[in-house]
Amino acid sequence: MSVGTVSSMPLEPQGSQVLAQDGNAMVLSMGPQHPSTHGVLQIMLEIEGESVVKAEPEIGYLHTGIEKSAENLFWTQAQTVIERMDYLAPESNSLCYALAVEKLLGITDRIPERAQQIRVIVAELTRIASHCVWLGTHGIDLGALSIFFYCFDLRENILDVQEAAGGARMHPNYVRIGGLQADLPDGHVERLDALLKKFPTRMRELRAILQKNPIWQDRTIDVGTVTPEQAVAWGLTGPALRASGIAYDVRKAFPYSGYENYKFDVPTRTEGDAYARFVVRLDEMEQSMRIVQQARDAMKAGPITIDDAKIAPPPKEAIALSMEALIHHFKVVSEGIRVPPGDVYQAIESPRGELGYYVVSDGNNKPFRVRTRPPSLYNLQALKGIAPGNLIADLVVMIGSLDPVFGEVDR
Amino acid sequence: MEIGPGQFFLAQLDDVARWAQSSSVWPLTMGLACCAIEMMSVTAPEYDIARLGSEVFRASPRQADLMIVSGRVAQKMGPIVKRLYDQMADPKWVISMGACASSGGIFDNYAIIQGVDTIIPVDVYVPGCPPTPDGLLHAVNLIQKQIREGGRGGILARA
Ligand code: SF4
Repeated sequence: MSVGTVSSMPLEPQGSQVLAQDGNAMVLSMGPQHPSTHGVLQIMLEIEGESVVKAEPEIGYLHTGIEKSAENLFWTQAQTVIERMDYLAPESNSLCYALAVEKLLGITDRIPERAQQIRVIVAELTRIASHCVWLGTHGIDLGALSIFFYCFDLRENILDVQEAAGGARMHPNYVRIGGLQADLPDGHVERLDALLKKFPTRMRELRAILQKNPIWQDRTIDVGTVTPEQAVAWGLTGPALRASGIAYDVRKAFPYSGYENYKFDVPTRTEGDAYARFVVRLDEMEQSMRIVQQARDAMKAGPITIDDAKIAPPPKEAIALSMEALIHHFKVVSEGIRVPPGDVYQAIESPRGELGYYVVSDGNNKPFRVRTRPPSLYNLQALKGIAPGNLIADLVVMIGSLDPVFGEVDR
Repeated sequence: MEIGPGQFFLAQLDDVARWAQSSSVWPLTMGLACCAIEMMSVTAPEYDIARLGSEVFRASPRQADLMIVSGRVAQKMGPIVKRLYDQMADPKWVISMGACASSGGIFDNYAIIQGVDTIIPVDVYVPGCPPTPDGLLHAVNLIQKQIREGGRGGILARA
């Protein structure tokens, strides 16, 4: 096997020019391979002893060119790459993109109710699974190892349900433009019920391990405080914003997929520190389960894709019997769908905050442009503001509590 | 079989060393993308990589035997992956986890290195996007088998 070299790129960390060395300060590069940076984040630190004078996040180590790739794929195919942005919550990405394209097609009101309810269930379960990964890894960063096992166990329970529906643990591409890829399999409601029944106990365990734990509180209270003004100025969204006392939630402010029909609270805290963000996320998990329960109760039998063969291929049974359906199927798969020219912005509440897609169409079968508003990128900006004056050990707490996902930051 | 007083085992030192080595393959903590989440699941109770002796993820390449390239390698990350590999002590093994690491996967574009084997040698490829945790466990098993059968990693393998 031959071992080559990678182009002509410099081996030195690229952020090293950002900070000049002066006086007693030392420049330290943290990452991009570091167990506590939650991915491939590099932070150029200027430190004096143990405390941070300046922190300069350097991103781009996972730049995947997803937006560019999407421009070369059919509208329907683009969803596959887009789903791989925020890999802790793949379904949020595909849901948001599907909603954007549906808006552009003008079919938002024609999506069957059952499809919307299943979308809500899938999206909320994803939120819980994502928060599980966040809490598990956040715990490890702070030296609380056992929480990781509890969290990942709960995540496995959720993934089993998701896998049964979509066919894959991650990236199932289950939400499609115009509806869903398939209906829920037999026995899915029972599976959901089992999860719903187990969930309160699991939640109590998670809370019991950390919420009142004095070590955990010592490490997180008053660490990385973001004031409401700062949060708004930096464009934070999601739990990071709500922990600073601003109850902005896209599900309430601009409801989509029928969120206006469900009763749920938007948990907020006023402290704005890492502990507040931790509690807000835990509360959110419970609210998500509340929504899942309501959607599950409201679910009735019915179609799961829009009845429009120009947008969603007809069901398999129809293809076997009708020539016209077969032709439509062939057309949609081989040629893709056509979307009228125009542009549209659609946002949803992903586990990390406001996830938005600005989609432009020139009337072709491929998107002209898909621009993402990744919540992680905006949330991560706060790091530069809150890190100075703190210990390096606290920096790890801050990164964890902002919950960045680098697939989304770098795209 | 019981060993009574005065009895003893005879074995080749090599076999004993390989047996010990294969049961303690320590991976490097290096998460790149989606696949890294599945790599973490492998350490969780349901899959429990500790059964294979590989639960000790080391943050320093100096202490690691196995590099799991878990996800897409961006052009900007390539030199760092290479450097980490170079920093690992011989013998060392590499698992290329997922379609992206093995071949660029669905990202055939300017940003992603089309297969990590263009920069470092790979011992086992795991298919999938992402591979299931079982897939990764199987890959670790294959590495162990390689070690037990006398295969050696790193420079030694190519010497
Ligand atoms: S192979 Fe798939 S899951 Fe793994 S990093 Fe690539 S896109 Fe993500």
